Amino acid sequence: MIEFEDITKVYADGTEAIDGINFTVEEGTTTVLVGPSGCGKTTSMKLVNRLEEPTEGTVYVNGTDNQELDKIDLRRGIGYVIQEIGLFDHLTVGENIATVPELVGWDQSRIDDRVDELLELMDLSPEYRDQYPRELSGGQRQRIGVARALAADPDILLMDEPFGALDPITRENLQDEFLQIQDRINTTILFVTHSIDEALKMGDRIAIFDVGEVVQYDTPAEILSNPKNEFVENFIGENQTFKQLSITPVREVMDDPQAYESAESEVAPAADGGEYYSISPDSSLQVGLTRLLSIEHTTLPVVDGGEVVGFLTEDHVRSYFDSAGEP
Amino acid sequence: MAGVISTSLSGIRYLLDNLPEFWQLLAEHLVLVVASEIIAISIAVPLGVIAARHEKLKSPILSVGNVAQTVPPLAIIALMFPILGLGFLPSFVALFIYALLPVLVNTITGLESVDEGTIDAAKGMGMTQNERLTRIRFPLALPIIFAGIRTSTVINVGTAYLAFFIGGGGLGAWVISGINLFNMPQVFAGAISGAVLAISLDLLLAAVESRLGNSGPASAQVAA
Repeated sequence: MIEFEDITKVYADGTEAIDGINFTVEEGTTTVLVGPSGCGKTTSMKLVNRLEEPTEGTVYVNGTDNQELDKIDLRRGIGYVIQEIGLFDHLTVGENIATVPELVGWDQSRIDDRVDELLELMDLSPEYRDQYPRELSGGQRQRIGVARALAADPDILLMDEPFGALDPITRENLQDEFLQIQDRINTTILFVTHSIDEALKMGDRIAIFDVGEVVQYDTPAEILSNPKNEFVENFIGENQTFKQLSITPVREVMDDPQAYESAESEVAPAADGGEYYSISPDSSLQVGLTRLLSIEHTTLPVVDGGEVVGFLTEDHVRSYFDSAGEP
Repeated sequence: MAGVISTSLSGIRYLLDNLPEFWQLLAEHLVLVVASEIIAISIAVPLGVIAARHEKLKSPILSVGNVAQTVPPLAIIALMFPILGLGFLPSFVALFIYALLPVLVNTITGLESVDEGTIDAAKGMGMTQNERLTRIRFPLALPIIFAGIRTSTVINVGTAYLAFFIGGGGLGAWVISGINLFNMPQVFAGAISGAVLAISLDLLLAAVESRLGNSGPASAQVAA
């Protein structure tokens, strides 16, 4: 858990980077700090591992004032991923991943096991272990960067624009992969980005920054349906409905399977001549709606683990938006 | 052209006819170069590390070094004579001063050229300043530092000819007395062997560098 309490940061030249921010990052969740450049989001993140020190206020890391903790120990206990990746080009992939375990003095066999485990988690084959970072693509390098940050099993992971330098397709893939990894690790994540789309996709909660202040701190759905002021509204931009579709899971909108049986005639067959029309409850409404529009039936079965758990129609999507009080 | 070839051939013949003397001069030359170079490296590299760490020291060190480099080598050699007299020691000191700067400049540049993102990552992962230096900055700067060492060594081989003026010996004995006596085969014999020596030392250092660059952990590279 990370708590920011009345944080103010003024640089030596008098520039005020942060002006009294207060918010709490709950354990095991992902909080995204988002805002235009120069809004203080990166500075806020760096306060956590004391790469920056606050002028006033306190940052609590797992309940302890981080000023009372040794800087070096604090940083070794927190994973850190940056946009430039910062892989050590003179070390192999395996040695890069092993950096923090080595600094804190794990024995070699434990380090080796951990490196194998992380390569697998990142979907990289073991042969990468002995390659040098230069030989890899941007996406692979960023995966290694994430693996390196997770190496010593930190409670907290700081990610500063981790996917910012990648091409859009690689970025999208890595985001999806990271969402899956996030489910498997119980880590509190603080994620900095300038892209509201990335924030909506990755965050359990989002803190929207504007020149040193947090203007709104809420769930993605709340931010989309109730933007607090004009700045937030402008920042979210056009296509709010579309964005809401992309963050709402099918599970929240679908009907239960009893209704599904009574409406059988209208339903797309789950298996039809080798073609398979269905959707997972964790897919977004955006995917669900696209699939609905592309089939000849008006109802789409929602299938989880081989069982039909509900169904989805265009009307469901429409009424969900009407009731959610779409702006 | 034909003249050059025949002079070169006569130079090689001169060398073969005077092999015992050649070996002695070569040995003197090599000792001067290697000794002054090793001392220069062992002072310039730590000095560069200190300078790169302290912004205030950096520019005075670099400007003193640059000024020193503009003094012609012959002048430094000549200056050593009234201070240290004749023989090996003044020659060695002069060569050492001259060899220092390329190594120093490249150490500073090399350490500073390391990508800031890399350093930021190392810092964020909890490396102390010394760990960042020995595990990250220094190994990454090594190719540039080595380039400085190679340049300095090659220049040093050339400068060491002048040691003959103050009794430091070396291949300068053949070249300088050869010029005075207009004995071209002797000049060529001294000059060609110096060139071969410079190229050999450069290749040797390149080999050392490539072995260091691909071997094991960063700490081993620093220790070497």
